[in-house]
Amino acid sequence: MKSIADINAIKERMQKVLGTREGQTENNIRIVVGMATCGIAAGARPVLNAFLEEAAKRNLKNVKVTQAGCLGMCKYEPMAQVYIPGKEVVTYVRLDEQAAKQIIVDHIVNGSVVTKYTLDIE
Amino acid sequence: MYRNHILVCGGTGCASGNSQQIFEEFENRIRAKGLEEEVKVIMTGCFGLCACGPVVVVYPEGAFYQQVKVENVKEIVNEHIVKGRIVSHLLYKDKTAAEEQIKALNDTTFYKNQHRVALKNCGYIDPENIDEYIAYDGYQALIKCYQELTPQQVIDIIKESGLRGRGGGGFPTGLKWQFTKNAPGEVKYVCCNADEGDPGAFMDRSVLEGDPHALIEAMTIAGYAVGAEQGFVYVRAEYPIAVKRLQIAIRQAKEYGLLGKNILGTKNNFDLEIRLGSGAFVCGEETALMASIEGKRGEPRPRPPFPAVKGLFGKPTLLNNVETFANIPQIILKGAEWFSSMGTDKSKGTKVFALGGKITNTGLVEIPMGTTLRTVIEDIGGGIPGGKKFKAAQTGGPSGGCIPAKYLDIPIDYDNLIEIGSMMGSGGLIVMDEDNCMVDIAKFFLEFTQEESCGKCTPCRIGTKRLLEYLEKITSGKADLQDLEDMEKLCYYIKDNSLCGLGQTAPNPVLSTLRYFKDEYIAHVVDKKCPAGVCKDLLQYFITDNCKGCTLCAKKCPVGAISGKVKEKHVIDPEKCIKCGVCMDVCKFNAVIKK
Repeated sequence: MKSIADINAIKERMQKVLGTREGQTENNIRIVVGMATCGIAAGARPVLNAFLEEAAKRNLKNVKVTQAGCLGMCKYEPMAQVYIPGKEVVTYVRLDEQAAKQIIVDHIVNGSVVTKYTLDIE
Repeated sequence: MYRNHILVCGGTGCASGNSQQIFEEFENRIRAKGLEEEVKVIMTGCFGLCACGPVVVVYPEGAFYQQVKVENVKEIVNEHIVKGRIVSHLLYKDKTAAEEQIKALNDTTFYKNQHRVALKNCGYIDPENIDEYIAYDGYQALIKCYQELTPQQVIDIIKESGLRGRGGGGFPTGLKWQFTKNAPGEVKYVCCNADEGDPGAFMDRSVLEGDPHALIEAMTIAGYAVGAEQGFVYVRAEYPIAVKRLQIAIRQAKEYGLLGKNILGTKNNFDLEIRLGSGAFVCGEETALMASIEGKRGEPRPRPPFPAVKGLFGKPTLLNNVETFANIPQIILKGAEWFSSMGTDKSKGTKVFALGGKITNTGLVEIPMGTTLRTVIEDIGGGIPGGKKFKAAQTGGPSGGCIPAKYLDIPIDYDNLIEIGSMMGSGGLIVMDEDNCMVDIAKFFLEFTQEESCGKCTPCRIGTKRLLEYLEKITSGKADLQDLEDMEKLCYYIKDNSLCGLGQTAPNPVLSTLRYFKDEYIAHVVDKKCPAGVCKDLLQYFITDNCKGCTLCAKKCPVGAISGKVKEKHVIDPEKCIKCGVCMDVCKFNAVIKK
């Protein structure tokens, strides 16, 4: 037997899980993780999951974490690109789980790019 | 957290295209890759675009894969799920767009013009998981009713919303609830009519398959409003997937304490049972339906007394259709004004149609009332395949009528359809092109009603039989003009004297085709010709001078009716010809014609 509070708790928990199914809209922030063979070999999968978990933990409903193929710079993998509407695309390289969490906190939530992991080609 | 959700359509249409196997193949391959913690595979209800089934949608990208085969699963998993590359050759292509471009699901012409209320969750949630329904505001309307609204306030909201019965009659739902509430009596019942019997209609089935909890929630709300503690869903046994999902949903709701005693810790009780119908069309009529639930022979009785006063087991009973109920939770949550802002003056909200016949996008569509038939057919439906010309649309199934091309631009609502001699019905919409013979269509529906007449009253039992005989006489070229006149008189006699809705509406297909396509009847009766080339008895096959004497037709003819020498024109012997049309199909020079 569930109470009304139980139902509301289920609703909150499930909404996070189902956020993935809302699809893309123009106002979404997109985090695209390179998931080609090179990326996966370099450890892109845990990075992708770290992005997802951190975004869910902070209840960031307008953030969509998706995958892409090879970005062409395989030696910098795992890579991710952050698309914020109206801003320039930021490319992050050589990520790990810790980095993914930091990007969510610093870049997505607080708006400051994590320069430690940005792409810097001379 | 799951990074991808793979939604496989589990509606009856896609299930007949092997979607269950596709679903299992996805699960196996995802497990083989060790991704079961990251990727969720679920089976949903109908997406609506049945013509493109089996359908698979992968989120968060929203990639809409069409006509997926079991063999394609490997490619989708390896490319899309593992490497993030969308498999573009399997994607749905918008046929009506200027160039065949790939778009997000909601931007396609098929979905863009729709407005989904009753089908809100169909194709988005796992119907076998109550938590997913709860995530999308499920059972919030019930909580609102229990916490904030008195039963009378609930009924007032439904009344103000302007919701009318979606099963066909279009009776104001709020009034029906009020009558049941006002009827004296301790014991009352709430019933759901899910006995969807019209040929070509599958709206209610799709709601049951895709969003069964919406029905449970709505019936529980209805129980609270009218003062009933027991509900029955009368559903056809021919809908096995719908029945199974509803059973699962009822079990889950009971586990969560959303059905049974002291729902959600309140003082309210409501329980729900499923009753299976055995597919008699007449059991969709309310009094016959209730007789069937009681275990009696499914036959109608005269009204009054109406079910709201004396219904199931002699007690006051509220009886609504599945789609009507599916609107209720959202009306409670979003308010009467929100609902009545959609639609026309006297028909509010949206209506679900099962689009079929000569149409590109066969499927399930939901549109605001007042949308024109042209929008439904040309934009959402993607037009008529093969560049053929639109002739008529049939609405309301065997009780409805045909809408000819000149009414393509009238807004669809209850009153407009009745005015032009058709009716909303439960929502079957069959599109016909120039190759359809209207007399033959009327005959098809009469064959159906004649077969399904329960036989209790004479005008319907004998009347439909005699009416069908007139139509057979016409299509075989043996009728004269007097027959046409007598037939029309018989139609009105059946309408005026039958006991229930089945007989009262059975002549509608004949009357409406007589009204708009009298010339076709005349052609059958006077010229002994079928203009569309459908009625076999009035047809003859000929070979024209285009014939090159290739002998193919003579070889293929099953009765040896074609003779001729090689490289010379062949002839068909009309005495032997059985008009099967094989010669026409195989001829490479278009030399065979029928007229």
